[in-house]
Amino acid sequence: MDAVTENLAIEVRGLRKAYGTTVAVDGLDLAVRRGEVFALLGPNGAGKTTTVEILEGFRRADGGEIRVLDTDPRAVTPAWRARVGIVLQSTGEFEELTVAEVVHHFATYYPDADDPDKVIERVGLTEKRDARAEKLSGGQKRRLDVALGIIGRPELLFLDEPTTGFDPEARRQFWELIRDLAAAGTTILLTTHYLDEAEALADRVGVIAGGRMVAVAAPADLGDRRNAMATVRWQGPDGPRSERTHTPTAVVAALAERFGGEVPGLTVSRPTLEDIYLSMISKEEAE
Amino acid sequence: MTTVADRPAARSAGRRPGALTIGLSRGALELKQFVRTRAYLVFTLLFPVLIVLIFGAAFHGSAGGGVSYTQYFVTGMIASGLLATGFQNLAIQIPIERDRGVLKRLVGTPMPRSAYFIGKIVMVLVMSVVSTVILLALAVALYGLRLPDTGTKWFTLVWVGLLGVIACTLLGIAYSSLARTGRAAPSMTTPVALVLQFISGVFFVYTSLPGWMQQIAALFPLKWMTQGLRSVFLPDAYAQHEVAHSWELGKVAVVLGAWCVAGLILCLLTFRWTEKD
Ligand SMILES: Nc1ncnc2c1ncn2[C@@H]1O[C@H](COP(=O)(O)OP(=O)(O)OP(=O)(O)O)[C@@H](O)[C@H]1O
Ligand SMILES: [Mg+2]
Repeated sequence: MDAVTENLAIEVRGLRKAYGTTVAVDGLDLAVRRGEVFALLGPNGAGKTTTVEILEGFRRADGGEIRVLDTDPRAVTPAWRARVGIVLQSTGEFEELTVAEVVHHFATYYPDADDPDKVIERVGLTEKRDARAEKLSGGQKRRLDVALGIIGRPELLFLDEPTTGFDPEARRQFWELIRDLAAAGTTILLTTHYLDEAEALADRVGVIAGGRMVAVAAPADLGDRRNAMATVRWQGPDGPRSERTHTPTAVVAALAERFGGEVPGLTVSRPTLEDIYLSMISKEEAE
Repeated sequence: MTTVADRPAARSAGRRPGALTIGLSRGALELKQFVRTRAYLVFTLLFPVLIVLIFGAAFHGSAGGGVSYTQYFVTGMIASGLLATGFQNLAIQIPIERDRGVLKRLVGTPMPRSAYFIGKIVMVLVMSVVSTVILLALAVALYGLRLPDTGTKWFTLVWVGLLGVIACTLLGIAYSSLARTGRAAPSMTTPVALVLQFISGVFFVYTSLPGWMQQIAALFPLKWMTQGLRSVFLPDAYAQHEVAHSWELGKVAVVLGAWCVAGLILCLLTFRWTEKD
């Protein structure tokens, strides 16, 4: 095994999976380095959950080479399970059990579990620790899922749309948690529909469309974003004006000279990750 | 206190408790959940008591041989209680847990899979004992049922009850794979139990049923559980009123044992932790 593969937590080549006649994953490649935070983006039905659940050993691939922590997820052992944390896309319902009961209990499954009360605190459920799971709000149930995903102190953590239903503050708190885990060396594969989340957390993002990986790059580089044209907008004498340019500084300097000082309503913007992503997806769909 | 920074060092140190330990703690958790779910409690404990009270008030006939219909019936209801806690409970509860993502979360952890079943068995055993004690107390207090007076009879009670509960539990687990959704489970399970109760000597005296019905019932465990329990609680002389003019305890053991084996094989072959993908 060469040095490159040795450093990979996840290595997938030519992954395929069909449900009847629906091809969900169509020759997908993916490589996630150890210690990396990797975000999967893609429209509804793109094949993200299918891919992730194959890597988790929940679904069977029809074809392709898959290594997750040097193991084929079709034949996983409890020892492998102990190294992998999972937060599924659908929220779990633990009904009559309390938050503390569920988290403490799941901790007994792992050889090296984290302190359950600390985990409850990290996901912001301390006040709800004795509340029954069925009585939690949607976002709180989701936090319980996250707690169960990290209780075993995984080397590799899968998060399928983890922040669905989180309020803005909870989302920020969750981001901090992910950054802490990443800083401690945890490899994280997450899917999300929030581009700001991908940008805030991920070392690299991968865009899936129609079951294929159409782009992989650091958030700042996706779709050649770094070199994308900037848009300069200002208020002209006869209404709003704009100009797309590779040299926004020169354009602003020229405008400043023309207006003899302040340029009314001046803004300079570059495409957001969302702009880049949307144009990428619409191009994919057109093909 | 563990901190994020001490992860790699701590990793090798830990040891996971064994399947039995985890299974027993799952059993405690299952019981907590069971007791907190009013619907389960009512269904498994209160409902049989109500039925016994209603039947006891409504029917005053005799089952022959100096045994009142109520005494005959209440032994059948004790067997039905085992059927309810083992078979009906699990056949309904497991599809709901599958639906709600509990099972998928469990298999995503290093939990030994057997621990899940050990937990279920612990819950069923405890609830079976509770249900049996309640019904027995009622029958002794109100209907003149006499507790067994010999060690042999107590022993019969234990092995018939245990074999019956195990068979029902395994069949409940196996049956749980039939329901595609949690919502479908009760309507798929309750009629089976009800029909078995009608043909196995619970609601009607077994010997009064048509022969073909008796033959169908004899294929299933409930008939043998009721018969075994009658041998414990009814007077010895009543054996004359059974179909074979004896309690046929050997046959009870063989049929229940066979169902345990069949149930185990069915479980191993059919159990699904997640919906098919
Ligand atoms: N169990 C299943 N049975 C049949 N088809 C399925 C199943 N799961 C997924 N699919 C189909 O496979 C395709 C990919 O689904 P998948 O859930 O992987 O998408 P996704 O990228 O996770 O979408 P979302 O962003 O909405 O979660 C979809 O067309 C979906 O309808
Ligand atoms: Mg999905």
